Amino acid sequence: MSTQQGTTRPDPLALVGEDVVDTLLGITPGSALDAVRANRPEARAHAQGTFTALFAPADAAAMPLPERWAVAAFVAALHGPGPATDLYRRGLETVTGEGSDEGLVAAVRGAAADGAAPGPYGRYREPALAAESVPGPVLALAPEARAVLGARLAAALEHAHLLVLHPRDARREHLDALLSAGWDATGVVTLSQLVSFLTFQLRVVHGLAALAEHVDRRTGGAA
Amino acid sequence: MTLDPGSAGLVPPERFTQDTLDWQPWLEPLAEDRLTEEHLDALVQRSRSKNPYFRLLARDPAVLRERTRTDNDIFYNTRRGLPRADRELAATAASRLNGCVYCASVHSAFASHHSKRREDVQRLLDEGVGAPLDPRWDALVGAVVALSATPPRFGTDEVDALVAAGLDELEVLDAIMAGSFFHWANRLMLSLGEPGV
Repeated sequence: MSTQQGTTRPDPLALVGEDVVDTLLGITPGSALDAVRANRPEARAHAQGTFTALFAPADAAAMPLPERWAVAAFVAALHGPGPATDLYRRGLETVTGEGSDEGLVAAVRGAAADGAAPGPYGRYREPALAAESVPGPVLALAPEARAVLGARLAAALEHAHLLVLHPRDARREHLDALLSAGWDATGVVTLSQLVSFLTFQLRVVHGLAALAEHVDRRTGGAA
Repeated sequence: MTLDPGSAGLVPPERFTQDTLDWQPWLEPLAEDRLTEEHLDALVQRSRSKNPYFRLLARDPAVLRERTRTDNDIFYNTRRGLPRADRELAATAASRLNGCVYCASVHSAFASHHSKRREDVQRLLDEGVGAPLDPRWDALVGAVVALSATPPRFGTDEVDALVAAGLDELEVLDAIMAGSFFHWANRLMLSLGEPGV
């Protein structure tokens, strides 16, 4: 399914199976949770369709695949450890051909460790909500990290940190920073969709894991 | 460069509201007369081609196409499962916690329309996600709040509370999907443009 031509690297999509949420949760056909999910085939298919459109795009020109997996690995890591975080890290290792302590993989892990904070926080634009503004950390990557990531990806990770943890701090200037780092308007849309979609998908996985535990209890673990 | 500030003459809203707000993009949307069949298919409803938010997202039509269909099923497929009012309440609670005044305005109005409980919905907007509403809505809002934290802290306690409030397992799934979807929506709306009255 990879759109990269002339490469012998394994396809990270091979890690995912037919439905990434089912794969991450170990949902098997005919199980109790599979039956619950089967009531919403459209949402299930198009959530997976979005994942495919982002990670196996027909045209990756606006945002090359290594950038997509690097941002995903970073976003997942900000949401804490778990199977999804492992999957996106392994995807990045696969698409870059790097080991877990090398180059981009290590730089992304370091950036996520530096950026980890409890969200959401941020400052309101709306005057009457000023008293509800909660200050919090803004990620500013160190020069060593920028050297490994490059200007485009460093700007993307700083923007992803904003979107994941303190989206109400977002201002027009943040898009100017991306444009200055080499992103075009279409790339900004794809990057924004990728980060925002993952904040959805990671919560679906988290929420369904809790529902699976509930279902297991009801069925005596025979789910 | 991003679009000129204030070109639409928008005045920022004062606070969370159920009133209809405008939204102005910071990046150039695709022009309405340049939309191809691929873009229109991504929008699903042709009326969305009037909307600058959707025309901006149409810059990546493959992703928008899948997103629109995910959105429509999560909010409009009420064949069994959670009533519209509760899904819209979940969307409003996530938007209130994240601080997306635009998303909250649209979906609080839908929650009021479907529930006929405009004052309760307004209390959620005015006082925030801790405002007591009723046992069912408190369980829903509490579950969405736990799911909305980063890292999320939704667990079996929240599922048990939803079940105790009368939700079956499909309805719990619907609540998880509706609450989670607004993380996607809030971040796009907050970071690609701004609301105004």
